[in-house]
Amino acid sequence: MNSFTYTRATAVDAAVREKSAASSVRFVAGGTNLLDLMKENIERPTRLVDINHLPLKTIDGTPDGGLRLGALATNADTAWHAEVQRRYPLLSQAILAGASPQLRNMATNGGNLLQRTRCYYFYDLTTPCNKREPGSGCSAIGGYNRVCGVLGTSESCIATHPSDMCVALAALDATVQVTGKNGERTVRFADFHRLPEDQPQFDNTLAPDEIVTAIDLPNEDFSQHFSYLKLRDRTSYAFALVSVAAALQLDGTTIRDARLALGGVAHKPWRDAAAEDLLKGQPATEETFRKAATAVVQQAKGYGHNTFKIELAKRAIVRALKQAAEGTQTATDVFLNSNP
Amino acid sequence: MSTTNYIGKPTSRVDGPAKVTGAAKYAAEFNVPNLAYGYVVSSAVTKGKITKIYTDEILAIAGVLQVFSHENVPSLAWLDRSYKDDVAPGGSPFRPLHSAEVKFNMQPVAVVVAETFEVARYAASLLRIDYDVVEHATDLEAKRDDGYKPGGGKTGWMPPPAPRGNPNDALQNAAHRVEGEFIHQAQHHNPMEMFATTVEWLGDKKLKVYDKTQGAFNSQQYVTKIFGLSKDNVQVISKYTGGGFGSGLRPQYQLFLAVLASLELKRSVRVSLTRQQMFSFGHRPHTLQYLALGANEDGSLAAVHHHALAETSQFEDFTENVVNWSGMLYQCDNVKLTYELAKLDVFTPLDMRAPGAATGSFALEIAMDELAYKAGLDPLEFRLRNYAARDQNADKPFSSKKLRECYHEGAAKFGWAKRTPEPRSMRDGSQLVGWGVGGGVWDASQQKAAASASLNVDGKLTVKSGSNEIGTGTYTIMTQIAAETMGLPLEAVTFELGDTALPEAPLQGGSWTAASVGSGVKAACDALGEKLLKLAQKMEDSPLKGVTYKDVQFVNGQIRLYSDPTQAVVIRDILPANGQEKLEADGSASPDMARQSQYSLHAHNAVFVEVKVDEDLGTVHVTRVVNAVAAGRILNPKTARSQVLGSVVWGISMAMMEESVMDHGFGRYMNHNYAEYHVPVCADIHDIDVVFVEEEDDIVNPLGVKGIGEVGLLGVAAAIANAVYHATGKRIRNLPISIGKLL
Ligand SMILES: Cc1cc2nc3c(=O)[nH]c(=O)nc-3n(C[C@H](O)[C@H](O)[C@H](O)COP(=O)(O)OP(=O)(O)OC[C@H]3O[C@@H](n4cnc5c(N)ncnc54)[C@H](O)[C@@H]3O)c2cc1C
Ligand code: SF4
Repeated sequence: MNSFTYTRATAVDAAVREKSAASSVRFVAGGTNLLDLMKENIERPTRLVDINHLPLKTIDGTPDGGLRLGALATNADTAWHAEVQRRYPLLSQAILAGASPQLRNMATNGGNLLQRTRCYYFYDLTTPCNKREPGSGCSAIGGYNRVCGVLGTSESCIATHPSDMCVALAALDATVQVTGKNGERTVRFADFHRLPEDQPQFDNTLAPDEIVTAIDLPNEDFSQHFSYLKLRDRTSYAFALVSVAAALQLDGTTIRDARLALGGVAHKPWRDAAAEDLLKGQPATEETFRKAATAVVQQAKGYGHNTFKIELAKRAIVRALKQAAEGTQTATDVFLNSNP
Repeated sequence: MSTTNYIGKPTSRVDGPAKVTGAAKYAAEFNVPNLAYGYVVSSAVTKGKITKIYTDEILAIAGVLQVFSHENVPSLAWLDRSYKDDVAPGGSPFRPLHSAEVKFNMQPVAVVVAETFEVARYAASLLRIDYDVVEHATDLEAKRDDGYKPGGGKTGWMPPPAPRGNPNDALQNAAHRVEGEFIHQAQHHNPMEMFATTVEWLGDKKLKVYDKTQGAFNSQQYVTKIFGLSKDNVQVISKYTGGGFGSGLRPQYQLFLAVLASLELKRSVRVSLTRQQMFSFGHRPHTLQYLALGANEDGSLAAVHHHALAETSQFEDFTENVVNWSGMLYQCDNVKLTYELAKLDVFTPLDMRAPGAATGSFALEIAMDELAYKAGLDPLEFRLRNYAARDQNADKPFSSKKLRECYHEGAAKFGWAKRTPEPRSMRDGSQLVGWGVGGGVWDASQQKAAASASLNVDGKLTVKSGSNEIGTGTYTIMTQIAAETMGLPLEAVTFELGDTALPEAPLQGGSWTAASVGSGVKAACDALGEKLLKLAQKMEDSPLKGVTYKDVQFVNGQIRLYSDPTQAVVIRDILPANGQEKLEADGSASPDMARQSQYSLHAHNAVFVEVKVDEDLGTVHVTRVVNAVAAGRILNPKTARSQVLGSVVWGISMAMMEESVMDHGFGRYMNHNYAEYHVPVCADIHDIDVVFVEEEDDIVNPLGVKGIGEVGLLGVAAAIANAVYHATGKRIRNLPISIGKLL
């Protein structure tokens, strides 16, 4: 069989040491993505370092009034955590829009950041894929690319990052705490994942010897006006075709601050600061929302099967901002916002 | 009312406890001693030749026993005939590992057998194969002009009837006309249980085969003919099946591979397929349909033209009845129906739940909706005006047909009268609401089936027939029929199936099992009853002396006189009184062809659907469905209702989600897993209501049943598409109705 050794890490520095021993060592957390990749022979680690016993499961306040989510807290525990629900309901909604209850019970916050794309070709060893095998070509371009991206794509890869959780984290300006051989560092969420450019084999900027220890949420309040809108082929247990995390702070009907990020459209959670600027200081009207939406998709490029995502993204942005402004995320549309 | 009258009563599944406790064992769960494991290697290319297989590297891996490929398969049966199973279509069946030729993507090209599953799987992943690749063709839409009329060959396939009337003139002169192309992609059955076979080697070419199949006898015949074994030496067992839907109608290649490996290695072997490999064989074929309908000023149908072009493999002509229904569902004197195939480099398609009719009714019932709008008629009213009182295809009366009642009762339950006809005229808050109707017609058929019945001295009855349980409730209804016929409590009756050592029954499919096996079971129980009556008459002071079988009834554990129910003998007392341990009888039932052939035997349904559409975002939810079904007598309203619920869910799936996505560059289905081949989740399913309009029909068979497993699916996809039109004004003729199509 695919033989590998299995060890259990109980301290972060030991885990880092084990990981940096060879390029074929992998951390395993919930295993919901890694084990599938191993079954498909896309990953063939020689050693699995089980990090589930690291003391990184807690969710606590940070000194500056924010909230720290342990890398090994499960997606379920995070989504249902009282403080997350009270202060960062956008994050809670985004997590609950993903996968299924069973998967969320196993999946961890760190693993969620590092899950791989769901591009069909990436999962099928018989087809060329630059992400899986650099230089082999991209089968999705010119192939069946309905699930692929329309923003920030490159000639070598048009895959998307499939996470819902990360879309909310991008909108909320989270930071990622990582530890490597050379110590700890803090990474802005926008800098954590990367665009494919000509190296699609790298999903993110984490160094091979680094481990994610926590995700920090800043001390900001987007708990009144938010929306996570996910569009998919069925009501649960399907990845986003397009998703939108929208959050607003309002002075009456004027937008004071705005956050806007998209999922299902790019190689990373797609945060658009320019579009946010178009919202700030403006009245919270459909016209304003439409301007921002148009700006987001201005540079978008369709590849045939996925071209509908451009129009869909535009409409979804308008709807999400509207829901956020009205504070009706959980009320208006029972179908779209059900999170079974 | 008597307590042993079970037919027609809602009865919980007798096999339910075994299934939910894990006591029910499936083909891959028989852990026979000294088992070896085979793992199938699937072709990475679509068409060409294998030039080299690097087996040496694999054989060097510890634990690997053998690699079977075309290079080392022993000589087997030569004639195509030997490879033909009960439902093989015309042509030349695929022979696994037969030659170096690759005919379709994911073709099994080798099987690695090892001491453990893990080693087999690992070794298989390392097996290198060189191919000479030639260009393939997998896109039906590029073959529009290459269709041909198939020859015969497949059981149950009827070529379309010859045109009647003047279909061309009638269409041209019609007051209202519609025409259009209707498309659905290939769809795969995707039962939960993956195909698997465990072969227990009993020495000297004697095998016990645990197979996932919808017909143990079909598998037995396949194996014995190909490998030249005697039926006495090959017992096939299939007591539980984790979903069939037609996928198990033909022996799948893992059966061949497991038997081959077992015979060669003289050892027990299991081969099970992966979820991905479940996309490597039969499927509902990608089909293009063209429909043109005309209506007269008074709303009567003037003309029906229905043409279908379906994919098939290069080696077999898979045929199904797609267009024929369009000549019999409505009254119309000018009809032209044509059906063609195009050969592609794919595996041969396979019957999938309501084969042909699910496809045809999707197109016909949308076209009917379009024409109703053209003619300015309510779509339900339009259907009623064109009601077919007689089967015009066969020019025969229906043995029974209560479709009209289905329309009326379904509409009443749904509240159809409140529908406003204009598209976009109904709303619920910000959502558009649409109501649509559809329906269909399906064969009611009976096959020959045998059964045996045996009563024990302790009053326990065992009834056997080598049929199959694919989840439809066969165990349960057969137990009900046997218990009622013998007047015994349900708990005293055991029904056994899924074993070639039992009396022979047909494949489980075509919705004919209740009628066929049910009639066989009844015949065996009646035969046993007659024997039992004779013994009862031998008892001292028997009140039944001198009477015939017709004079008595078996009920509540007694045989009693119809004329005076107080005159009775307790069944449990009969064997002890006669000093007998056991009483046995055989029975079998065949269709009464002379009588049946004078009639058209069919089940019908009418389905009403509500959708809610978020127009901005293109999302559709099927919020309400009422499905009214006329399928003869309903043996068990509980399991029958489950069948129709499942059909509706399937219809929602077909309309909204299902499609096996082929990358024609590779000739390979790309969404070959449960995460990406979408079927509904619970949150997609809302209210479903089932109405049974019972029909009394002693022509279809003595039990009066027409079968319920497939008819409920008909017209569901069309009704959804029609509801979407009513909601939005957009006609979608290309399934599935996915999010991008409504923007
Ligand atoms: C069928 C299916 C449907 C799904 N649907 C959705 C969906 O709709 N939306 C969605 O967002 N997600 C979805 N998911 C994905 C799911 O959210 C991820 O699989 C999960 O979040 C991964 O977490 P894990 O802990 O199981 O990671 P693992 O599988 O254990 O690990 C994933 C990767 O992360 C690495 N890793 C894990 N933890 C760390 C760490 N602390 N530091 C460094 N590296 C680490 C591992 O080495 C591995 O490479 C779905 C998954 C499946 C199987
Ligand atoms: S889009 Fe990226 S992941 Fe998909 S085939 Fe191309 S390179 Fe591979």
